[in-house]
Amino acid sequence: MSDQSAVIEDIREFLGQFVSDPSVPVDQDLFGSGLVNSLFAMQLVLHIEAEYGIAVSNDDLDLDNFRSLQAIAGFVGRKRGD
Amino acid sequence: MGIERSLELSNSDALVAEEMEAFAQREVLPYASSWDKAEAMDPEVIRSLSKRGWLGALAPKAYGGQDMDPLLWGRFCESIGTASSSLLGLPTVHGMAIQAIARWGTDAQKETVLPMLASGEAIGAFALTEPEVGSDAASVQTVAEATGSGFRLTGRKRWITFGNIADWFVVVARLEDKPTAFLVPSTNSGLKITPVKDMLGFRSAELANLHFENCEVTEDAILGRPGFGFSHVAGTALDHGRFCIAWGCVGLAQGCLSASMEHAQEREQFGKPISEHQLIQRLIADMLVGTRAARGLCLEATALKRAGDPRVIMETSIAKYYASQHAAKASRDAVQILGGTGCSSEGHVERYFRDAKVTEIIEGSSQIQQLIIARHGLMQHRKEKRKKATNP
Repeated sequence: MSDQSAVIEDIREFLGQFVSDPSVPVDQDLFGSGLVNSLFAMQLVLHIEAEYGIAVSNDDLDLDNFRSLQAIAGFVGRKRGD
Repeated sequence: MGIERSLELSNSDALVAEEMEAFAQREVLPYASSWDKAEAMDPEVIRSLSKRGWLGALAPKAYGGQDMDPLLWGRFCESIGTASSSLLGLPTVHGMAIQAIARWGTDAQKETVLPMLASGEAIGAFALTEPEVGSDAASVQTVAEATGSGFRLTGRKRWITFGNIADWFVVVARLEDKPTAFLVPSTNSGLKITPVKDMLGFRSAELANLHFENCEVTEDAILGRPGFGFSHVAGTALDHGRFCIAWGCVGLAQGCLSASMEHAQEREQFGKPISEHQLIQRLIADMLVGTRAARGLCLEATALKRAGDPRVIMETSIAKYYASQHAAKASRDAVQILGGTGCSSEGHVERYFRDAKVTEIIEGSSQIQQLIIARHGLMQHRKEKRKKATNP
């Protein structure tokens, strides 16, 4: 499993705490589809900071970084310098 | 939960915690009722908090704060909460502004504003609630329009804690329909601040209504990014606010318990202290157990906060919900035990009763907490079921 796939599966597992069925397509817009709410947004930030040892800052506040499982994995990869 | 639960303070922090408790008992509690009656906070006590470095203690050390340990901060809120909920409102909202800026501010915002807030030279406050927007906070109606050189804010904010004396406001508005946070100084000529009086509780918390009319701010006044003002900036601030209120409610309930036990052992009826009557013992037992349970939930949230664990958000919500409900019940029962004395403003219990009710409403009402806690519980349950089905 590639690093990106591993991150996607980890975020999917995390997402499972917030939605009935986390088996969503990797490119599904989590926020635009109304699947998750603002509480998820901050918990996601804390999760990826704790899990991947990165700091999410002002500069990272771009919906394109958090929109989908794929986007989140890409963001984590860029922050880690993968 | 996999988190170290036996929380302890370092030796030096334990001494500070004792100093905080002594400060609250000596310099806050004896005056809290007079501040409440005057509906104003004594500037001297605010200076005392600043001088000790406690007001801005959560700010990062790099900006003059202390990066205070969450457990010591919790103990601070508990101590102040025992003495004055109104005063507790100050480190709550000031800390909300600090947390929001430290987390999501630009370097320039951090360098300009955080040192002032850390030292207590300036006071911060958080402006989210509006005349038509309470629990549905993401639907704020205050509008920000781009002007070419910055933004123009138009709208009203209501019941802003310490709004009367704040120097900086974190204001949530809509920019092109996206919730967006702005940092606005109280000196802005487009901001009119009106004191709010005659509230049920938190009467000396310097509440104010804010009216933004042609309130021009520069481009660099945005805190965070457009669209992230509620989910991330307000989310960070409110999580801190709930943490403070939860711990403060433990303090308030402890105050009720102390006052009730003191009175029940002195007051005699039917030839013996009322503490020997079993119906009074029942009230005291519930008060004691509930206070310990609330403290336990606060400690759970504190352990997660220390660890930077995302579960802190839900656990803080749970702690705030329970602690505020318990504080309200404890204060009702304390008034009952103290009888006429409990109804008199000569003591503290009557004030506890009024303030405790407010804690069930601020930083997310009990009903909103119930909604998110229940959803969280149900989702956890489904997740466990899925796991069991996958790995029977």
